Amino acid sequence: MNFDWAVIIANAKFLLLQGLVGIGAYGGGTLRLAVPAILLGFCIGVVLGLARLANRPWIHYPAVIYIELIRGIPLVMVIFWFWFLVPVLIGRPVPEYWVALTAFVIFEGAYIGEIIRAGIQSVPRGQADAATAAGLSYAQTMVHVILPQAIRNMIPSLVTQFIVLFKDTSLASIIGMMDLTKAAQTVSERELRPFEMYLFIAVIYWMFTYSMSRVSQWLERRMSPERAA
Amino acid sequence: MAGEDFSSPVFSLDMIFGFLGISYEFRWPVLWVEPHLTWLIDGILTTLRLSAISWCFAVFLGILFGAMRTVPFRPLRAVATVYVEFFRNVPLLVWLFFWYFGAPEVFPEFIRQWFIRHGIEFWSGVAAISVYHGARFAEVIRSGIQSIPRTQLEAGISSGLSVSQTYRLIIIPIALRLIVPPATNESLNLLKNTSLAMTIGIAEITFASRQIETYTAKAVEALTAGALIYLVLCLAISTIMNHLEKKFAIPGLIARGARAEH
Repeated sequence: MNFDWAVIIANAKFLLLQGLVGIGAYGGGTLRLAVPAILLGFCIGVVLGLARLANRPWIHYPAVIYIELIRGIPLVMVIFWFWFLVPVLIGRPVPEYWVALTAFVIFEGAYIGEIIRAGIQSVPRGQADAATAAGLSYAQTMVHVILPQAIRNMIPSLVTQFIVLFKDTSLASIIGMMDLTKAAQTVSERELRPFEMYLFIAVIYWMFTYSMSRVSQWLERRMSPERAA
Repeated sequence: MAGEDFSSPVFSLDMIFGFLGISYEFRWPVLWVEPHLTWLIDGILTTLRLSAISWCFAVFLGILFGAMRTVPFRPLRAVATVYVEFFRNVPLLVWLFFWYFGAPEVFPEFIRQWFIRHGIEFWSGVAAISVYHGARFAEVIRSGIQSIPRTQLEAGISSGLSVSQTYRLIIIPIALRLIVPPATNESLNLLKNTSLAMTIGIAEITFASRQIETYTAKAVEALTAGALIYLVLCLAISTIMNHLEKKFAIPGLIARGARAEH
């Protein structure tokens, strides 16, 4: 079998513009899904992480149940849930993009919540006590003392989770959203060149995820000057 | 037949939905009439078989490449790094499509024939999941090995063992006991990720619940069943692994389980 470069070159524009960025007749787009999903997922995650650490049981237990429930179910299942349930609930069909975005935010929020919790717990208890003793309120303690230290500890796991989310956006193709994977599927069905197509998008995905992990290593070094040799 | 009386609502979710003004009629019996029940049970068995076979290959690849990433020999380290960084940074779904649609055409004819005879969907799924999760296991095992003091390797070599003997007899056995918690996490990820195998036509749990949904148009019931099965499986595995973790913990060592990487 000889590797067919021409098929990649001929379809690169469609794959990158439509599949990766989402500019084109089909909407969708891996980046257009991944970026809002990461931002919103992070917001939900912070709320869930703090809720799980709360002392009041009516805040604590719903967060625990939410996180544990979501973490025991595969993402495909969650996507199908929204795909079939949301139209029933609101009585009209919803575009794939919004179904996928909702499912990702709900799903990744649970994982990011766990990272936030672990990060906050990694800050020594004495810091919170000292802040309280110095007269800071709960919110002030969190914003000025705990979270800045916690976020530094969380960066490696957070970026790891963002990479996972970026890879997970490929699942949106299952419900028919035109992302990079769906675009490659469409092209390879037409050109009958699956080997080249899937290898090509594998390299594209890899370039994004690998550079994210390099940025994370750089950030980690930069934000911990005491560990720099 | 009584079993086919789909019209009787048997669940109180009905009332909640009614209260919210949503018209949806629950028919839970669709889950246990035939052939739907058989689909679900076959789905569970297929998920377990796919997970178990892929897990064995993935752990083998993980130990091999994870150990290779730490050996004092540069070419081996480079090969392992390329494998890990490339395979774990690309979505599993892309690997599934690659192994199912793309890869078979580059194999020699007799290998392809063997795969077609033995279920090409299943073995493409095994290949994709094993290679992808092998790279992820390799990261877990590498950080486990790196948390073992370097002096262990030096002591092994100075007492006359070769590097491969030191790894086989000293380093890897200790590392495997250290990494039980992150490896459990990774194993659960593998189990949940087998749900993607439905996209290449493997009839596992997600496939079965989608199939019931297609035949009965009862999405809530079918997807609840699927989600509950995964929850129970995950819970069962993590309970067993928690027990094993206590059993295999190295006495006198504070849990310093290596951090799970993506």
